[in-house]
Amino acid sequence: MTPRMCRVLRTRRETRDTYTLELSPPDGADGFRFAPGQFNMLYAFGAGEVPVSISGDPAKPNSLIHTIREVGTVTRAMRELKAGAVLGIRGPFGSAWPAKEAMGHDVVIVAGGIGLAPLRPALYAILANRQKYARVVLMYGTRTPEDILFRKELERWRARLDLSVHVTVDRAMAEWRGSVGVVTTIIPRARFDPRNAIILVCGPEIMMRFTIAEFEKRDVRLDQIYISTERNMKCAIGLCGHCQLGPAFICKDGPVFRYDRIQPFFEIREI
Amino acid sequence: METLRPILAEHPFFKGLDEHHLDLIVGCASNVRFNAGEFIFRQGEEANHFYLIREGLVALEMFVPGRGPVKVQTAGEGEVLGWSWLVPPYRWIFDAHAMELTRAIALDGKCLREKSEQDHDLGYHLLKRFATIVQENLDAARLQILNIYEVRA
Repeated sequence: MTPRMCRVLRTRRETRDTYTLELSPPDGADGFRFAPGQFNMLYAFGAGEVPVSISGDPAKPNSLIHTIREVGTVTRAMRELKAGAVLGIRGPFGSAWPAKEAMGHDVVIVAGGIGLAPLRPALYAILANRQKYARVVLMYGTRTPEDILFRKELERWRARLDLSVHVTVDRAMAEWRGSVGVVTTIIPRARFDPRNAIILVCGPEIMMRFTIAEFEKRDVRLDQIYISTERNMKCAIGLCGHCQLGPAFICKDGPVFRYDRIQPFFEIREI
Repeated sequence: METLRPILAEHPFFKGLDEHHLDLIVGCASNVRFNAGEFIFRQGEEANHFYLIREGLVALEMFVPGRGPVKVQTAGEGEVLGWSWLVPPYRWIFDAHAMELTRAIALDGKCLREKSEQDHDLGYHLLKRFATIVQENLDAARLQILNIYEVRA
C-alpha cells in the first residue's frame, strides 16, 4: 500500500486537456513490468492519488507512460509537474486485455476519447506479434479533430498495410478530411469475421453500450467482447469496496472484463 | 443488356426484397460518379434522389453564418445517403459533397414515389428499410449531442 517513488522523465501535452507523463521505473528499479490494460495509482504529493491506465509499450519497461485527462485537483496538479519531479506510484493493478487469447483471431479495437490510452499497450503487444493475429482493426472516435490523441502515431499506424485504422469525430469544420459521426457509425465500415473476432472496447460507458449493441447486430457473441471499466478506485487491492460492481471489484477483477461476465451488473444504474 | 439489378440485389439495403419489387426499383436506378469536392446536393434544393454509396466518402454539411460549413456526418461505402425525397416538401436540409472520388447508385425518388403509390407493398418495404436508417441516424445524432467523450470529475 505504500507508494514507491519515481521521477518524471518527460511531459507532453497531447490535446487541450490531456497530457502524457513519462516516468522512470520506481525506486531506481530495473524496469517496470505490466500487462496491457493494467493501471497504476499515481500520487501527487499534497494533492492526492488517482488511478491511471498505463498507456506505454509493455516491451519497453524502462519508460513508464501514463496519459491523463485533466478532470480534477489531482490531475491538474500532475499536469504542472516538470521533468525531475517526484511522484508516488502503486501498481501495476488489475486484469489485462486478452492479447494471448486473441491470437489466431481478428482483433477489433474500439476506443472512445481518452479510452485510446489504455488500449494502446494492447495494440503495441499485438503489433509486436502481428503474424500471430488475423485482421487487426482500430476504430477511434473523439469529439473534434483537436481532441485526437496520439495523432502522429495514428498516422503511422494508418500507413501500415497490416492494420486498418478508422478515425471519426463528432464535430468538424470543413478542413477536416476524415469521418464525422460517433464511433458506432464507423463499425459497419470495418472488415472482420464476426464469428472469429475478439473485440476490445474502452471509452465512456454510453459509448461502450452502443458499441456493444452494434457488434451484437453483427452476430458477435458477448463472450467475444472485452471492455475496460472505470469506477471510483481507492485502495486498488479489493479491500475498500469503492469500485465494487456487483460481485466484482473493478480494481482487482477488472478493469478489463469479458463482457458476458459483467453484463448483468454493467446495466444496473444504481451501481 | 447489363443492368444494375445484380448490384442492387446484393446490397444489404435491398436484402430480402422480392424479384418483382427489385425489377421496379432497377427502373429508377442509375450509376453516378462525383469528383472530390463536387456537391451531390445542396440545402434547399429539390430532393429527388437517394444514394447507395459504392465507394468514397461524402460529407453532410450545414452552412453556419460566421462559422462556415460545419460537417455533421459522413457516409461511406455501403451506406445510404438521403431521405428527404421521402417526406414533403422534398427539399434537402443539408449540403452533401464528395470528400473524395465517390461512386454511387442514385435512386430516383420521384420515380419510386410514383411506383409506391401504385404498389403500396413496394412503398411499405421501402419505408421499413428507411425507418431503420432514420433510427440509426437519430441514435447517432443523439449521441453526438450528448458529447459522450466528455469526462467530468
